Amino acid sequence: MTAVGLLAVLVITLVVFGIDPQRGLSLIIEGAFGNRFGLARTFVRATPLLLCGLGMTLAWKSGMYNIGGEGQYVAGGIAGAVVARSLSALVPSVFQTAVLVGSMAGGMALALFAGWLQVKRGVQCVISTILLNFVVLQALAWCVRGPLQESKHELPLSDKLPDTLMLARFDHQTDFHAGVFVALGVALGTWVYLTFSRGGFLLKLVGENPLVARANRIPAARIQMTAMALSGALCGLGGGVDYLGITGQIGDGFSQNWGFLAIPVALLGGLNPFGVVGSSLYFGALMAGGEGLARFNTTGSTLVSVIQAVAVLGFVAFSQLRMRRPAVPHD
Amino acid sequence: MIDAVVNLLRFAAPVGLAATGETVGQKAGVINIGLEGMMLVSSYAGVVASQSSGSPWFGLLVAVMASVVLAVVQGFFTISLQADQVVAGTAINLFALGLTGTLYRARFGASGQLLSVPKIPRLGPGFDALPLFWIASLVVVSWALYRTKWGLALRASGEFPPAVEAAGYSPNALRWQAVLIGGLFAGLAGAHLALGISGSFAENMTVGRGFVALAMVTFGRWKPVWVFAASLLIGYADSLQFELQALNIGLPPQFFIALPYALALAVLVFVGKGTAVPAALGQPYRRQR
Repeated sequence: MTAVGLLAVLVITLVVFGIDPQRGLSLIIEGAFGNRFGLARTFVRATPLLLCGLGMTLAWKSGMYNIGGEGQYVAGGIAGAVVARSLSALVPSVFQTAVLVGSMAGGMALALFAGWLQVKRGVQCVISTILLNFVVLQALAWCVRGPLQESKHELPLSDKLPDTLMLARFDHQTDFHAGVFVALGVALGTWVYLTFSRGGFLLKLVGENPLVARANRIPAARIQMTAMALSGALCGLGGGVDYLGITGQIGDGFSQNWGFLAIPVALLGGLNPFGVVGSSLYFGALMAGGEGLARFNTTGSTLVSVIQAVAVLGFVAFSQLRMRRPAVPHD
Repeated sequence: MIDAVVNLLRFAAPVGLAATGETVGQKAGVINIGLEGMMLVSSYAGVVASQSSGSPWFGLLVAVMASVVLAVVQGFFTISLQADQVVAGTAINLFALGLTGTLYRARFGASGQLLSVPKIPRLGPGFDALPLFWIASLVVVSWALYRTKWGLALRASGEFPPAVEAAGYSPNALRWQAVLIGGLFAGLAGAHLALGISGSFAENMTVGRGFVALAMVTFGRWKPVWVFAASLLIGYADSLQFELQALNIGLPPQFFIALPYALALAVLVFVGKGTAVPAALGQPYRRQR
């Protein structure tokens, strides 16, 4: 159902912006699935969307509107680069683990601050997380011109990691890296956590019905803080995985709006880990294919966010209208 | 001295106008997370209309219309469909960012060349039209919210809508009015940014001012006068980046760019949400039978 809707939205958007839908669609499909390069691109683009989307899912499920995935992703990248700078003498596996743990800690710290603001100071997450995004982006700009700048001090970038320290690649002609499997594993883990664990159950309960949670003396504040911590950690991990898997360095353009685009990914995935896998692959393919589109039309990449927005609104309208017609009349 | 005041009002007006409209909206119980997107779309619409017609006043009109159209979308989702206000607002932001980016690149290319369009003329030495409107609106909005029956009913729609219904008003009609007023102000804010200050457009040129405005409504305790004062403070922080950077006091420029956001956060940390928040803020209202 959602898939058909998404396809319809894609076609309508292409038509509205004056792109021949048949040509546009075939370019997107060619760019996303046409060959192993396209497929690799799709998976690599989907990876940060998946990790941040899972992070969004955990926070939103607990009733915390974390929209600062962007800042947490970047904080993860910065923290990862800090760890990398101080530990580059280690063997690759230990080094990579340390960097990824560091990036999770970076994202987590930022999200916990926002969570603390809401739980203790009543400042809504929606506002605080987005303000933190802007602060973190400036922190990134400062870091890559100051303490983390490359050793020649010429460009606003950090030192590029040597290939030996990057995440494993299975085919040296494409970007496909081990981080893709990390993300898929995290998706499975998130599903298990939400479906089978006590913590996951309480998290959903607090988000769905705070009154029931309070009546049962469930410490909602602590559970929401945990949800924010996990959410930030996953977004930070997204930044760390991209740092170790693709870029190998950080700079002003480190995030291509991944944390921001992950919000609709999570929403369209129905805030369900497997749904998020599906929607992140869909939008990953759209991003990868959109690059093909961008080659003959400069509007490719921004179109994706229009498509996402229209799809979210359509999805919301559809579910609200369905909810409004109760199967059994009220009176 | 007068120059400094005029300058402060100019820089504070985009956040201030948006925050004034948002105060009305939140008083009625609707939080507009899409404020940023509405500002951005009106900035773009204003620049295009001003460029193609040669008249900044026509640009202003089109800017406001564009923002009001998005406000209708927001109202339809949050009031008529009773959808989650955060979800709807986030989608509007995403839509605005993508739409303006796509249209801008299609029309002006991704070359990054500076675009310059006719600006709204000053009405005399130092008198900008929209900051003056902002000051005037402070009086009108305060009076309408606190000295009229309409204002009482509107504020009650944000506190306890069933009581409004019982008194013979329609909470959702009042919320619609508040959302449209919010859209009007967001349009003026975006227009001032593009046609009053810069005379140009750049991708994502609002850079979070809509969210800062949301923070200022909280900081101003949902009272128009205090929201006005809070916006002045942020406008001051915003203008500091030009003055202090010129003084070269050894702090990195990124510090000053981040200052308004950090300041908005810091004041929220100190004031928190408190008890002034409209009790039904963010909750859709469904008519009782």
